Amino acid sequence: MSLKKSPWLLHYDGSSCNGCDIEVLACLTPLYDAERFGVINTGNPRHADLLLLTGSINHQNEEVVRNLYAQMPEPKVVLAVGICATSGGVFADCYNVKGGADKVLPVDVYVPGCAARPEAIIDGIVRALGVLEQKRAAAEAKK
Amino acid sequence: MEKLMPALAYALLAPLAGGLLAGADRIVSARMQRRVGPPLLQPFYDVAKLFSKGDVEVNSLQYPLALCHLLFMALAGALFFGGGDILLVIFVFTVAALFLVAAAFSSASPYSFVGAERELIIILAAEPALLIAAAAIYKVSGSLNFHAVAASGAPLIKQLPGVFLCLFYVLTMKLRKSPFDLSYSHHAHQEIVKGITTDLGGRTLALIEITHWYENILLLGLVYLFFAFSAPLALAAVALTYFLEVLADNTNARVRWQLALSSTWTITLLLAGGNLLALYALGGN
Ligand code: SF4
Repeated sequence: MSLKKSPWLLHYDGSSCNGCDIEVLACLTPLYDAERFGVINTGNPRHADLLLLTGSINHQNEEVVRNLYAQMPEPKVVLAVGICATSGGVFADCYNVKGGADKVLPVDVYVPGCAARPEAIIDGIVRALGVLEQKRAAAEAKK
Repeated sequence: MEKLMPALAYALLAPLAGGLLAGADRIVSARMQRRVGPPLLQPFYDVAKLFSKGDVEVNSLQYPLALCHLLFMALAGALFFGGGDILLVIFVFTVAALFLVAAAFSSASPYSFVGAERELIIILAAEPALLIAAAAIYKVSGSLNFHAVAASGAPLIKQLPGVFLCLFYVLTMKLRKSPFDLSYSHHAHQEIVKGITTDLGGRTLALIEITHWYENILLLGLVYLFFAFSAPLALAAVALTYFLEVLADNTNARVRWQLALSSTWTITLLLAGGNLLALYALGGN
């Protein structure tokens, strides 16, 4: 219950065009005010519960993304925001692009769109919280 | 017994009051930004979540150091409200702050290091003001004991306006408000991300949050003392002070550490030091 009420997220911009990033930040503005649900954009993997990725994965950011994910404490979920992060989108065939975030990390929630709309992003976060709860329940059952 | 009760009450209730204050702070901040803001109990949800995250320390020192940070801060506040010597309170308060610095220095992250260094600068900047405040309180009321000062009925604020203004300035640092939240900010605009807590997560961060609640109540207790001759006035003054701190937090960008340090010392010297000198020069008591 407490996990669900305090989602702190880490936002990482893979190789996005910045379109999705602006929309992520829009979620925190007065119109959408994601802090109503306790969402904090922490910028620090050690404090984060949700990893929010925008943009596609390429050979350079692959290691960075893995590293960030590894630093996050369990339980954690990954959100791929925008069509670039979901599949690579129109950049999928570029020589330097590996594809979507699921090429390197276990993605839990996909938020499509180019750019993904703030409503869709908030919806994605809410869904991710459900997954987070499931993961915690599974971890506790294992114990 | 008379000393024990307020001390115990502080130890038990300060986290509660501090958490609620933090919740109200976030709502008021949000309203200032034309947002709705989180629920009042959000800080408690956050801390409960952090505890449920378990141990994520990068070394075995961090957690015990954070625990000492908490215990010494609670001790400082218990001493203060229990009627201990205010000078002793300031020393224990500083020791508590140093434990957090030590916890940050114990990790290898450069961000954590920068945060710890900045925290040291904040301690350095705030210390003279606190000590002068203690000296001034003694000069006016003839005591360094919370209850004796309050009972003396001395209108500290009338004789020590300079010291109070200086304390207000320093409070901005200690409450971790902009423009002086250089070592650790609660908001998104920080340059070094989470600064001093970069490598402190999970239950360690939960302890640090609770310590901060203890700290805030202790500092507001100091504000209370300046108006202690009338309890309703004092409570109103505490509320107004905190509101103004939140306002400052929402209307200021961050300053560099050089300015933070030099401005604080200048203000301490001019306002608090000048106030104290004037007291001695006029010989008033
Ligand atoms: S999905 Fe569209 S808006 Fe988002 S990063 Fe890709 S190209 Fe930019």
